[in-house]
Amino acid sequence: MEMLAVFPPLLAFLVAGLFGRQIGDKGCQFITCAAVIMAALTSVTLFSSVILNPDVMTDHSYTTVLARWIESGSFKVDWSLRIDQLSVVMMCVINIVSACVHVYSIGYMSHDPAKGRFMAYLSLFTFAMLMLVTSNNLLQLFFGWEGVGLASYLLIGFWSHKESANAAAQKAFIVNRVGDFGLALGVMGIFALFGSITFDDIFSDPSQYAETMMNFLGYKVHALTTICLLLFMGAVGKSAQLGLHTWLPDAMEGPTPVSALIHAATMVTAGVFLVARFSPLFEYAPFALSVVTLVGALTAFVAATIGMTQFDIKRVIAYSTMSQLGYMFFALGVSAYGAAMFHLMTHAFFKALLFLGAGSVIHAMSDEQDMRNMGGIKDEIPMTYALMWIGALALAGIPPFAGYYSKDIILEAAWADQSGIGHFAFWMGIAAAFMTAFYSWRLLFMTFHGKPRASAEVMDHVHESPFVMIGPLVVLAAGAIFAGHLFYGGFVGSAYEHHSEIHEAVRAGMEHGSGPEEEKPADLTESLKQDAKAFDVTHEPEPEEADSETAEILKQSVQKQREGGRPFDTGINAWSRQFFWQNAIFVREQNDTLEAAHGVPSWVKLMPLIVGVLGIALAYLGYIVQPGLPAAIAASVRPVYQLFFNKWYFDQIYDSLFVRNAMRLGRVFWRFGDKEFIDGLGPDGFAWLSRKTAGCFSRFQSGFVYQYAFVMMIAVVAMISWMVFRVEPALGNKPVDPPAAIVAPANQPMEEMQP
Amino acid sequence: MMPPILSIMIILPLVCACMITLVRGETGDEPIVEKNVKHIALFGSLFVLAFALFMIANFDKSSADFQFVEKFSWFTLAGLNYHLGVDGISVYFILLSALLTPVCILASWNSVHMRIREYMIAFLVLESLMIGTFSALDTVLFYVFFEGVLIPMFLIIGVWGGPRRIYASFKFFLFTLLGSVLMLIALLALYVKTGTTDIPTLMHATTDLEFQRWIWLAFFASFAVKMPMWPVHTWLPDAHVEAPTAGSVILAGVLLKMGGYGFLRFSLPILPLASMYFAPLVLTLSVIAIIYTSLVALVQEDMKKLIAYSSVAHMGFVTLGIFSFTQQGIDGAIFQMLSHGIISAALFLCVGVVYDRLHTREISRYGGLVKNMPNYATVFMVFMLGSVGLPGTTGFVGEFLTLVGTFQASTTFTALAATGLVLGAAYMLLLYRKVVFGPQVNQDAAEMQDLSRMEKIILIPLAVAVIYYGIFPAAITDKITPSTQELVDHYRLSHQPLSFNEASLDGLRDHKQKEAEGS
Repeated sequence: MEMLAVFPPLLAFLVAGLFGRQIGDKGCQFITCAAVIMAALTSVTLFSSVILNPDVMTDHSYTTVLARWIESGSFKVDWSLRIDQLSVVMMCVINIVSACVHVYSIGYMSHDPAKGRFMAYLSLFTFAMLMLVTSNNLLQLFFGWEGVGLASYLLIGFWSHKESANAAAQKAFIVNRVGDFGLALGVMGIFALFGSITFDDIFSDPSQYAETMMNFLGYKVHALTTICLLLFMGAVGKSAQLGLHTWLPDAMEGPTPVSALIHAATMVTAGVFLVARFSPLFEYAPFALSVVTLVGALTAFVAATIGMTQFDIKRVIAYSTMSQLGYMFFALGVSAYGAAMFHLMTHAFFKALLFLGAGSVIHAMSDEQDMRNMGGIKDEIPMTYALMWIGALALAGIPPFAGYYSKDIILEAAWADQSGIGHFAFWMGIAAAFMTAFYSWRLLFMTFHGKPRASAEVMDHVHESPFVMIGPLVVLAAGAIFAGHLFYGGFVGSAYEHHSEIHEAVRAGMEHGSGPEEEKPADLTESLKQDAKAFDVTHEPEPEEADSETAEILKQSVQKQREGGRPFDTGINAWSRQFFWQNAIFVREQNDTLEAAHGVPSWVKLMPLIVGVLGIALAYLGYIVQPGLPAAIAASVRPVYQLFFNKWYFDQIYDSLFVRNAMRLGRVFWRFGDKEFIDGLGPDGFAWLSRKTAGCFSRFQSGFVYQYAFVMMIAVVAMISWMVFRVEPALGNKPVDPPAAIVAPANQPMEEMQP
Repeated sequence: MMPPILSIMIILPLVCACMITLVRGETGDEPIVEKNVKHIALFGSLFVLAFALFMIANFDKSSADFQFVEKFSWFTLAGLNYHLGVDGISVYFILLSALLTPVCILASWNSVHMRIREYMIAFLVLESLMIGTFSALDTVLFYVFFEGVLIPMFLIIGVWGGPRRIYASFKFFLFTLLGSVLMLIALLALYVKTGTTDIPTLMHATTDLEFQRWIWLAFFASFAVKMPMWPVHTWLPDAHVEAPTAGSVILAGVLLKMGGYGFLRFSLPILPLASMYFAPLVLTLSVIAIIYTSLVALVQEDMKKLIAYSSVAHMGFVTLGIFSFTQQGIDGAIFQMLSHGIISAALFLCVGVVYDRLHTREISRYGGLVKNMPNYATVFMVFMLGSVGLPGTTGFVGEFLTLVGTFQASTTFTALAATGLVLGAAYMLLLYRKVVFGPQVNQDAAEMQDLSRMEKIILIPLAVAVIYYGIFPAAITDKITPSTQELVDHYRLSHQPLSFNEASLDGLRDHKQKEAEGS
């Protein structure tokens, strides 16, 4: 079953990649689309069997071992597929979006000469991504991790005759490698600490290492914090978080379907998945979680500021992606893993929709990407226009679209974390929400409204995209509309069945009791637990049992309800987080911000919506009512605008700091280190020395007879005088050793005269 | 009764070389003579390959002992024996030598015309000596083979090389000879001290640290040059640039591995105390090699030079793994050597493919080859990714295992070495981008033909091997691990066991201090 969800894309890649010329473009398109659609259907089936099954009590996750991979002493790694709640959610997202993108590509790439190759790469990507999410050990995850990097590299540089595309592809790979450097060290650290890199071994009981210190780079450091930060470094690279984000905007050089699939919906969310997968470790590394929150919050904010100023339609959406990923990360950082996964899923739908919609616009505008050259096309391509609206509404978090549910719960959880860093993330997120709404409608207004700014020739060609492109958009739009409402309970709902009553009680208790300062999350969950127990006690008379884990209480309460004849509603509305995620995500009780998020004050709940509407209003004012306004504002805060417009100068700084210095260092090492120093002192130096010495000696062999004769004469004189002097002291009874110095030069010429 | 398979593999190429000298023809028959010579060389080396495969198939993977042992008295007076045998450490190197020789002969099939007879003889003799080196179990025998390798290689570079071949071949010779002389002294000293030249016996001889240090340094001089390690690596780029394609293939593919093999065969088992004493030195040099040569590779304009520098960096991982003294490190080092043997050999072949067409190795003379040479671009990409160490290729397995092993010994060195992951990607992708991608600026490069059938026959199996053994490396490591396990155990026996916390470099230092205080 799980094989059917993972391997068809690989087969399709092999067939289309190796025999593309034999089966033709049509064949390639058919086989890749069929394979991915099959994988998508299978993953939905898996989803229902693992998560949607009637027997919510049992954990239906399992692992299938395929083959041995690397084995060296205690380092043992298998190829295996791990099917649990986290991986099936990812598989569904990946396969559904990928299927949409595959079909869409048939239309979008219809003018390209290398259609078969493009489809093959897309399938390769899908396979690598599936391997990433279904792995049961860190090394296979790394395989998928780098595999998607390779596919991304190939697809960004797909139009390889464009130098800019090649540069972007290379940049993406190398910047990702910087993150992988951290990830690889994290894997090694985990092996050193746990003696295994298989998930089952790592997650069985990480609490035993909660206090362990390890020696890292010569310092004694907290082991789990170090490992988590190293893993997070990998996530920062792959998910384009602040610091290693510079590749993502450049990656827009690739064809638009690639941007939708890889650089919006799936690959860039791998980092989020990684952190969620390692929740059992991150939960014991509070400092690492704070770093995740901080980086996520800053990314959400910075990316949004840049997004407001860009003119390339794809780059605006790219910065928006980066910003939304920031939301996911600070959700992870406050332990709201479910919320991060929820936003990951809804975002996959609406962002793929936006990208493909943008692709449809670009297609219609004869490959124009600059929004300054668009405008006034909403009546020409009404379908695309409507679909883009849906995507934008979901992105801005307007109810009842999907983004509303997921973004709100993230912000609520950040606030409910009740820590300084949580509040920081909350306010950053609110600011970003405002900007998100603004740039989304700026994009809509600039692209579709106003007077046409493109040439008449281009405007003549503007046409609605064919069905093969619009069809997938409709599927994604359905996701962008319904996914939020439908999955809210399961992904982020309260773990308690009667949570609304409990929360009501807790809030009442808070208002009556101590002041707001004491609203610590620990207290909140503690009181929740108390209440749950109290609620439970009505059915459960044994207090010993009820004292144990919350999950245990719930299980029993559900059991009771069943026995008591009150049917437990297994419909979608009754989903609770506990039964949805089971053991796939681990949250320590004092960190359960998702539970606390359901009890936040109403202004926190309303805030994102209010700023969203304000953002739309501002965009309406600036781009419809008063078109001169944006330029005026930009001029009045010129330095700030320049900072945003130039992307906070990250590229320039990195280029001068790393790229140029690496090149300079390379040249110095080569020219000076190798040639001058090592060779100069080594072989060349010796050669020079021996030539020099030989040169000295060769002067003796001048070939002139008179010189030889002269030397001979001197030698004879020397010899005679030596003998005389040698005899003389002997007469005077003075034993003196023959001075060797005289002998040598005397003999030298004699010898050298021969041949 | 097993036939004396190792001797057969050593002698067979020599017999073929003799046969080649007998091939004669009238004037005007040169093409026929040439063809016969090539065929003798090819089939001879293919027979050796068949024997090597037979040997691998019959290799008992449950045993760490030497297998296929042949031993008889040679110079009774001095106690020298003709002693051959293989264990898990050496067996795949023999296969690698046997595999790459026919590859080299095929690669020269249409590109070498001058003195073809001598050329083939040189390669056959080289094959015989390489197999001898990896199977000799007697120090004198080992020395003869190890040094003998120099001569055909020297000739291959010096006679069939490029314009600066004399400089390159002398540089190669001088560097290597410098180390060899010291190794000879070390071998003599070992003989004087222990009274034996038998390697298995020497492994169990115990000598004091002071003596070991001197011997170790002498061995190190030889092996470090062969690896090559920084700073005695400068002969390699020159040798590669000037050598003909097949020469580069065998140089990068097999000859560089002799240094690493030497460390595993001599330094670690025979001189364990000194190995630990000098480990920080080796680790430091390895890390310098990785970072330094990667940066140098980044700015190269000559394709072969770039790959040559990348070889030095990759060999840095090998020494790193060996001197981590962990099972993963040593397994990884051996695997990395085998993987590099295939990948770098193939990369040089890839350079050879375009060099044969355009007669230049300058990177800027190419560009946009993916248009007119799609098959070439695909194959080249596989090897490029292998060199980068992408998971799913053999390059990853070796590199990662060495780092896993090193991490347990020292996190600092591991972190520094792991920068090679980034730098390695940088220079290889840069090379690939400039040669294969981009606009087609040079007309003559844009008109080059895609891979010929011969080139496909050579390159595609290598590409398949890189991927296959990247996905199922256990097929190889299963045969290696018993021997490395034994090596690590043996090494550990000579020291106190290292626990994880102790095993950092600080741990090493503490350990040595304790030792000094104890003695």
